[in-house]
Amino acid sequence: MSARRIFARPARFAAIAPYVWMVLFFLVPFIFVLKISLSQTVIARPPYTPVFDFTAGWAAIEQALGALSIDNFRLLVSDDLYVLAYVRSLVVALISTSILLLIGYPIAYGMARLPKRWQPLAMMLVIVPFWTSFLIRIYAWINILQHDGLLNQLLLALHLVAQPVVWLSTDSAMYLGIVYSYLPFMILPLYATLTKMEPALEEAAADLGASPREVFWLVTFPLSLPGVGAGVLLCFIPIVGEFVIPDLLAGSNSLMIGQTLWLEFFNNKDWPVASATAIVLLVLLIAPLLLYDRLQRRQLEAK
Amino acid sequence: MAEKVSKSETASEPVKIEPRVLPVVKPEPAPQANMPLLRIEDVGKKFGSFRAVDRVSLDIAAGEFFALLGPSGCGKTTLLRMLAGFETPDEGRILLGGRDIAQVLPHERPVNMMFQNYALFPHLNVRDNIAFGLRRAGMARAEINTRVAEMVALVKLDGLEKRKPDQLSGGQRQRVALARSLARRPQVLLLDEPLAALDKKLRESTQFELMELQRRLGMTFIIVTHDQDEAMTVASRIGVMAAGRLDQVATPRELYEAPLSRWIAEFIGEINLFEGQVETRGHDRIVVSSRDAGTLAVAEPRNPVTRTTVSVAVRPEKVKLSRRGPVADGAGNQAINRLEGVIADISYLGGLTVYKVRLDSGAFLRSSMANTARIDIDAYSLSQRVVAWFTPDDCLVLEQ
Amino acid sequence: MARAKVTRFNMASLALGFAFLYLPIVILVIYSFNASRLVTVWGGWSLKWYREFFNDSAMIEAAWMSLRVGATSATIATILGTLAAVALSRGENFRGRTLFSGMLYAPLVMPEVITGLSLLLLFVALNAERGFWTVTIAHTTLTMCFVAVVVQSRLGSLDKSLEEAAMDLGCAPARAFLMVTLPLIIPAIVAGWMLAFTLSLDDLVIASFTTGPGSSTLPIRIYSEVRLGVKPEINAICTLVIGLIAVVIVVASLASKLTSTRGESAAPL
Repeated sequence: MSARRIFARPARFAAIAPYVWMVLFFLVPFIFVLKISLSQTVIARPPYTPVFDFTAGWAAIEQALGALSIDNFRLLVSDDLYVLAYVRSLVVALISTSILLLIGYPIAYGMARLPKRWQPLAMMLVIVPFWTSFLIRIYAWINILQHDGLLNQLLLALHLVAQPVVWLSTDSAMYLGIVYSYLPFMILPLYATLTKMEPALEEAAADLGASPREVFWLVTFPLSLPGVGAGVLLCFIPIVGEFVIPDLLAGSNSLMIGQTLWLEFFNNKDWPVASATAIVLLVLLIAPLLLYDRLQRRQLEAK
Repeated sequence: MAEKVSKSETASEPVKIEPRVLPVVKPEPAPQANMPLLRIEDVGKKFGSFRAVDRVSLDIAAGEFFALLGPSGCGKTTLLRMLAGFETPDEGRILLGGRDIAQVLPHERPVNMMFQNYALFPHLNVRDNIAFGLRRAGMARAEINTRVAEMVALVKLDGLEKRKPDQLSGGQRQRVALARSLARRPQVLLLDEPLAALDKKLRESTQFELMELQRRLGMTFIIVTHDQDEAMTVASRIGVMAAGRLDQVATPRELYEAPLSRWIAEFIGEINLFEGQVETRGHDRIVVSSRDAGTLAVAEPRNPVTRTTVSVAVRPEKVKLSRRGPVADGAGNQAINRLEGVIADISYLGGLTVYKVRLDSGAFLRSSMANTARIDIDAYSLSQRVVAWFTPDDCLVLEQ
Repeated sequence: MARAKVTRFNMASLALGFAFLYLPIVILVIYSFNASRLVTVWGGWSLKWYREFFNDSAMIEAAWMSLRVGATSATIATILGTLAAVALSRGENFRGRTLFSGMLYAPLVMPEVITGLSLLLLFVALNAERGFWTVTIAHTTLTMCFVAVVVQSRLGSLDKSLEEAAMDLGCAPARAFLMVTLPLIIPAIVAGWMLAFTLSLDDLVIASFTTGPGSSTLPIRIYSEVRLGVKPEINAICTLVIGLIAVVIVVASLASKLTSTRGESAAPL
C-alpha cells in the first residue's frame, strides 16, 4: 500500500467536523431561503407566514405547505424594478470584470517578471490592501472623491477644471470602488498561473522567430487562461451581488440587486421578497459558480 | 564538481582502451585559410560581481559538431545563451558569417536552440510545435506542411503529429524538440544538455542519431554538456571550460592524450599524477624527480616547460603490469619508467580490469588492462608483487 | 519568468498599480492626524480625532465586539479550515468529496448578501438569540474557506517524503502527521488565522444580517456613520484598524518567513 493511501484513511476523518458545519450552516440555510421565498409577509415575529411548526402534527404541516406560493417570484419577473436591478448587476459585473482584467493582467505580468527575490515582496504589497478593511478602503475613496475632496482640489489646482466635479454618487465612482476592491482577486490567480509557466517556453518561442508581441499572444496568454478564468470568476460572481460599494459610491437612481435585497429586507422588512431575490440571484449565478468550482478543483488539486 | 567518469568504468560492455579511433563520418575541422562560420571574440559576461564568462575567444567552422564541456557553473551555458541571444555579452563580439550578432534579438537570429527540458508548448500538438517557427517566418501553408512532414520523418515521429506534449514519452518529446529546432534550417543549432534527461541506453542511441543527423544535414551543431563521454562521442572538437574561461580547444584525442592542464587531465578520464621537481632537460626528454614515483623520464613536450615544480601524468591504460618487468626491446637506449609495488585492489569491469597498485613509496598507481583472453590463468591477485612500467612517450608533464 | 527582462512597461504598470492600491490609504492615514475638520484645510498635526474615538463609548463597544467576534471566529475557522485542508490534500478520493469541496469553497465567491440572508433565516427558524454567537458562527462559515485555501496550498508544496520517512522510522500515520507535518504547516495555520481575523473584523454585510440589537460590530457602526457623511473621527478609527492589521500582517509574514523553506519539495518540477 502506498504511503499516500496509508494517509488517506485517517485524513478523511478530518473532513467530518468541517463537513457537518458546512452542511448545517451553509447548505441547510438555503432550504430556509427557499421556503421563505415561497411565503408571504406579515407584520409579526417572524415577519412571514406560514411558519412551520413541526410539533403541531402532520395536518398543520400540510396546511402550511399549501400556503406556500410563488407569488414573490412572479413579482420579481414582472416588476421592472427587479428586472432592471438584475440586468444592471450583470452589466456592472461584466464591465467591472473587463476593467479588472485589463488593469490586473499587466500588473500580474509585471510581478511575474520580477527577479525572484522581489516577488514575495510584490505579493505582499498586493495582498496587504486586501487584508486592510474593505470598508475602510471604500471610505478612503469617498474621502478623496467628495465635493471638497483631494481629487477636486488637485484638479482645480492644475486648472484642469473650473469647478469641483461631482464624483460621488456616480457610476464612475462605483466602478472605481469595485475595481479598487477586487483588484487583488484578479491579480493573485493570474500571478499564480504566470509564475508557474516555464521561462524556457517564452525563450523557445523567441528562438523560433516570434517577436515579443507574438510571444505574448501565442504562448504566454494562452497558457495563462486558467488563471484568467479563475480571476474573472472570482471577481464576476461576487460583484453581481455587491452591496456596500454601490450603496456608498453610486447614485441612487438605479440599484444593483444586492441593494434591492438589502432594502427589501431591512427597510421594507419584506423577508419573503428578499429571499426570492436571493434565490433568483443564486439561479443566475449557478453556471458561473459551477464553472468556478471546476476550475478551483483543477487548480488546487493539480499538485 | 568535475566529473571523473572514465570510459572504462561506465560500462559493463567491452570498452576499447586503445586510443580512440575517430569515425570517418566526423567532418574535419575547417582549415585556417577559410573564414570560420562563427567567431567568438573576447566575449565576457558578468552577473553582478560574478564573472560568468571570462574573455572567451573561439572559432567554429561550418559543418562542425562542437562541444562545450565543463563542470556546472563553468559558464558554458551562459556562452550558449549568448549565442542564442538570451544574454548579451558585456564585452567582445560574436560574428556569424562575418556579421556581429551580439546585440541582435533572439527572434531575428538565424540560430536555433534545443532546450534542456525541451520547452515544448503544452497547448500545441506536435505538428503545431514544429510548425511554430515556420509560421513566424511567414512560410506559405503548403510549404509548411511539406517541411513539417519532412521533419517528422527525420526524427521518426510519424503518426504522432496530433498528440500533445503531455501524451508523449520523454524520448518522443526530445525528438519533437529536435525537429522543431531544425525546422527553420538554422545556420547553427545550439543544444543545451539535450540528453541529460534520458536514460543511458536511450542517450547512447540518441547520440549516434544526432551525429548522423548532423552529418547528413551538414549543419553546424554546438552542444553544451557536462558529460565528457557524450562530448567525446559526438563532437569533432571540444572546448573545455572552467570558471568562465575556455581552457583548451582540441579534438577528443588531443584532449585526452595532451591535456594542457592538470585539471583537464583529471576531468577527462582517469589519470595518474605524480608531483615532482624538474631535474634535467635534454636528449629529447625531461627528468623529473618525484616523491611518490622516484625518477621519471618524460618525453620533451612541444611547449617548453618553464616551471620547476610539475606533475607527471600517465593514463592507466598506458601503465603496463608484469611480474618481472619490461622485456628488453630493440630500442635499447630508451629509458623506461619502472615502479614496483603490490596489488591493492582489483576492479573487474568486463572488458578491462583496473588494478590499483600500492607503490613502495606508499602512493597509489592505477593501471587498466584489457581482458584479451577469456580464460586468464595468469591473472594477478591481491597482494601480489608486480612491476608497473611505462615509457617516456606514454606520459606527459603538466604545469598546473 | 524571472529570466526575461523586466521592460519599462512592466515597471510602469507595477508602479501605477501599487500607487493606485496604496494612495487612498496613505491619504486617509495622513488626514486622521489633520487638526482641521475639513479636508480642504490642513490644520496641522493633531490627535484629537483619536481622543474623540476613545471617548465615543458606542464606538469602543462596537470595536471590542468586533475584536471578540474576530478572535473567536478566527480560532474556530482555523481549526475547521485546517481539518478540511488536511482532508482535501491527503484524503484522496472519498465519497462526497466533490460536494465537500464545493461547499467549502463556495463562500469564497458567493455574494455576501446571500450568505448573510440565509444564515439569518436559519437563526430565526431555530429561534436563536441573535448577538455575539450568531455573528461568530456566520463569520466562521465565511472565513473557513480562506483558511482552507492557505493551508491546503502549503500542504501541497510540502515534501511528501518527509511523512514517508517518519512512517519508515516507526510512526503511525496520525503521529507522523502530528510530529512532522503539523509543525511545518504552522506558519500557514497562523497566516490562516490572521486572514480569518481580518476578514471578520472587516465584514459588514453578513454581520448586519446576523447581528442582534445592541451588538453592533465596528464596521456596522462605521457604515452608519459614513452614510451620514465623512467624519474625521472615522479617519482615526480606520487608521487604528489599519495599524492593527499591519501588526497582524507583520507577525504573520515573520512567522511564515521563519519556517517557509523548511520541508519544501526540493524538486522544482
